[in-house]
Amino acid sequence: MRYKVKCVCDSFNPRKCLSFPLFLHTVRTAEPLEYHRSYLKENCRHDGRELSEFRTTTLNIGSISTADGSALVKLGNTTVICGIKAELANPTVEAPGKGYIVPNVDLPPLCSSRFRPGPPGEQAQAASQFIADVIESSEVIQTEDLCIDRGKLCWVLYCDLMCLDYDGNLLDACIIALLAALKNTKLPEVTINTETCSPEVNLEKRRELHVHKHPVGASFCIFDNSILIVDPMSEEESLCTAHLTVVTDEEERLCAVHKPGGTSLSGEKLQECITRAATRQREIQKLIDKVINSVKAAQ
Amino acid sequence: MEVYGSSGVSLREFGCEQSLLSRPDGSASFIQGDTSVLAGVYGPAEVKVSKEIYDRATLEVLMQPKVGLPSVRERSQEQCVRETCEASLLLSLHPRSSLTLILQVLHDDGSLLSCSLNAACMALMDAGLPMSCLFCGVTCAIDTEGRIITDPTAAQEKESRALMTFAIDSKEHRVLMSATKGSFSVNELQQCIAVSQSASEKIFQFYRDSVRRRYSKTL
Repeated sequence: MRYKVKCVCDSFNPRKCLSFPLFLHTVRTAEPLEYHRSYLKENCRHDGRELSEFRTTTLNIGSISTADGSALVKLGNTTVICGIKAELANPTVEAPGKGYIVPNVDLPPLCSSRFRPGPPGEQAQAASQFIADVIESSEVIQTEDLCIDRGKLCWVLYCDLMCLDYDGNLLDACIIALLAALKNTKLPEVTINTETCSPEVNLEKRRELHVHKHPVGASFCIFDNSILIVDPMSEEESLCTAHLTVVTDEEERLCAVHKPGGTSLSGEKLQECITRAATRQREIQKLIDKVINSVKAAQ
Repeated sequence: MEVYGSSGVSLREFGCEQSLLSRPDGSASFIQGDTSVLAGVYGPAEVKVSKEIYDRATLEVLMQPKVGLPSVRERSQEQCVRETCEASLLLSLHPRSSLTLILQVLHDDGSLLSCSLNAACMALMDAGLPMSCLFCGVTCAIDTEGRIITDPTAAQEKESRALMTFAIDSKEHRVLMSATKGSFSVNELQQCIAVSQSASEKIFQFYRDSVRRRYSKTL
């Protein structure tokens, strides 16, 4: 049976339909797809957002005092925390003048009922790989900067991203958390003792990591093969027919256009997504700079 | 075994062999230059209760590298292949059943993901599974001078500044899947999509010819 979500007050505008919450709740559980379609028909979403509107983004920098750099990001309800730990290591034989960055995305059972305890699932592994690709493609950190002594000693940055609350759009939140945490990272000074040839770490004297690029992602979902929505929530993600994540940097170069399958996308729609991603990049970069300045002012 | 010479948009020589394995319900090996992938499809078969979906079939894709165990990179490629297949297969015709697609890498000399996609499509066709459209994979590399190389070898991939793989559907020639590496401008992306779309026509023509040849023998 098909029915339209229509209130007794004869209003088709779901935003004015709050007089009938139980009816809406029933439709949402029984016919989730119809429920969302009725909102999209009116060019809005069930949480009152417009189609191309992001949820409120909140950023907290330096939340973990024991890490070398950290950040907490909230995108609506989605919460991701990133901690960066720097360790000394030997550079690889293939790249003696470079350090390396190891990102890891963790989706614990705490964040959503869809994740089970145990080894990381496909989504967590795919997200880790995506973040690693973004770091490499965007050159956010030049790995040469992490080299201390060519061929002998370098920094390895372990970037652990943990999702605390999963409500869709994990990748965007992860990229913001990673970028903010990298900008917050301060590495201790290392000198190499000439007599013993062993490294000496001076924890008092720290220098900031040079962040070359500012990649920021924007995620989209395609509903019913045609309607494009931005910053999907978990419910919308599970109902839509395709996902797309576009990552751009401040020079409007694309670092990733990640669309893992799903229904096809026309060239115009793709262009629309890229334009939106570029605006998003500017918004987020402004937000990060604002938060960093306020942290510095407080110190 | 059929081999297709290339002209115009330069793809390496590619070829395919279907039904080469006896146990799977459908199998195919696809060769692009020296890159070679063997695909096998099992199903529709019984599904584990934990993986059962009440209104459609569950598709599982397993990618086996030539040496060692599958790692995180294979997982993300599996995801790309699986979601592309899900978009073209009519999975709602087989609710509560399982489909398994196994991709065994025989040799990797660049453009591995696009070769895997092509092998997957050929294997699904061989298994006779209902599909809404066919799909093919095309890899483009942009070298340091800004030239676009289609279907690059491993050496060309290594020297390239950006690498993009697209899955194109046969109905409207639109982008089903996109996976990129390296940074590039919007213009370069649009150019690469256009090049991939024209290259896809060649691959679809090959699909059509090989199916025609195969069934003209049996009928």
